[in-house]
Amino acid sequence: MEVVYRERTWSFDESMTVKQMLKRIDILPESALVVRDGKLVTEDQLLKPGDAVKVVDVISGG
Amino acid sequence: MRCRTCGAPAAINMRQHKLSLCAEHFQPWIIKQTARVIRKYRMFTREQRILVAVSGGKDSLALWDVLLKLGYRADGLYIDLGIGSMETAATPAPYSLRSREKAETFAKAHSGTVLHVVDVAATYGESVAEISHRKRRTDSPCSICGLIKRHEMNRVALEEDYDVLATGHNLDDEAAVLFGNVLHWQVGYLRRQGPVLVADGEGLARKVKPFCRFYERETAAYTLIAGIDYIYEECPFATGATSLAHKETLLKMEHETPGTKLHFYVNFLRAKEEGLITTNLDIPPELHQCPKCRQPTMSDAHCRFCRLWE
Repeated sequence: MEVVYRERTWSFDESMTVKQMLKRIDILPESALVVRDGKLVTEDQLLKPGDAVKVVDVISGG
Repeated sequence: MRCRTCGAPAAINMRQHKLSLCAEHFQPWIIKQTARVIRKYRMFTREQRILVAVSGGKDSLALWDVLLKLGYRADGLYIDLGIGSMETAATPAPYSLRSREKAETFAKAHSGTVLHVVDVAATYGESVAEISHRKRRTDSPCSICGLIKRHEMNRVALEEDYDVLATGHNLDDEAAVLFGNVLHWQVGYLRRQGPVLVADGEGLARKVKPFCRFYERETAAYTLIAGIDYIYEECPFATGATSLAHKETLLKMEHETPGTKLHFYVNFLRAKEEGLITTNLDIPPELHQCPKCRQPTMSDAHCRFCRLWE
């Protein structure tokens, strides 16, 4: 699967949950939303090889 | 995780509420909770005219959208501060131009609404970047930006005869400000912080924060689900801002103990209501009218905003 966050991209060959993926790229789940195929997914959802995943940063300067 | 309402796969899990919802049921939940906050803090009524301060970001555009869906008479105000950024293929135009486009696109898609635009450089002769440079405060233009925004929001709200000015501040914003004020024991600021700042009848517009009980993650989810196009990138001046550092600290605490931010803010409001945050130095400042712009100021002469341009 390909994971895009800001201007970086990660590729993973194995399946993993959203929570595990966020840990691998060192993002706190509280600071982001995860979108797969245009839809928001929760931390327990399983991401599979071939999935296009976007991590959306939600924290702004305020 | 499943939606508590319908059992479909959830789009968002809000650990602080022990609540998961699908996209279809999350939107009405946000709208309903906003209505509840408006009622709880008696922010405004159906008859009143609301001016929403929009930055082109997720919170303010989501707020404008929710208020319109609730049937309020809400118009927008965009303040073009003239903030640029390094141009890249992904970000070909200056930051302010792109954020202004987001606000204008939203307004065009919602017939019957008005978007007031204040172009700071065109109106006053200099952008935030230019004035920061002239004032030799290039490292901290945020305070100048905040001063200009507060002044112009107040001015337009009063001149255009709006009853209330609404901003998209969310709970993360409020908790970060609270955290900073507690760290430095700024009791005067603590006394003033809240979901409503009342109009004083002498030149200060009523200000409200209907999103003050939502986590930033929830307002972002709302904009994504509602298909609202917002400016995703951060203001180039915000890098290294203290408020961001405070937000990150609170996020780590939230990660370990869900609900930390919510309890911190809500219990602060409760303590304030109960009169626990007080000071014998809390004498309301004596306000004068600025001889130039006519807005209230603590100064005997021109206000801080007018002094910026001197």
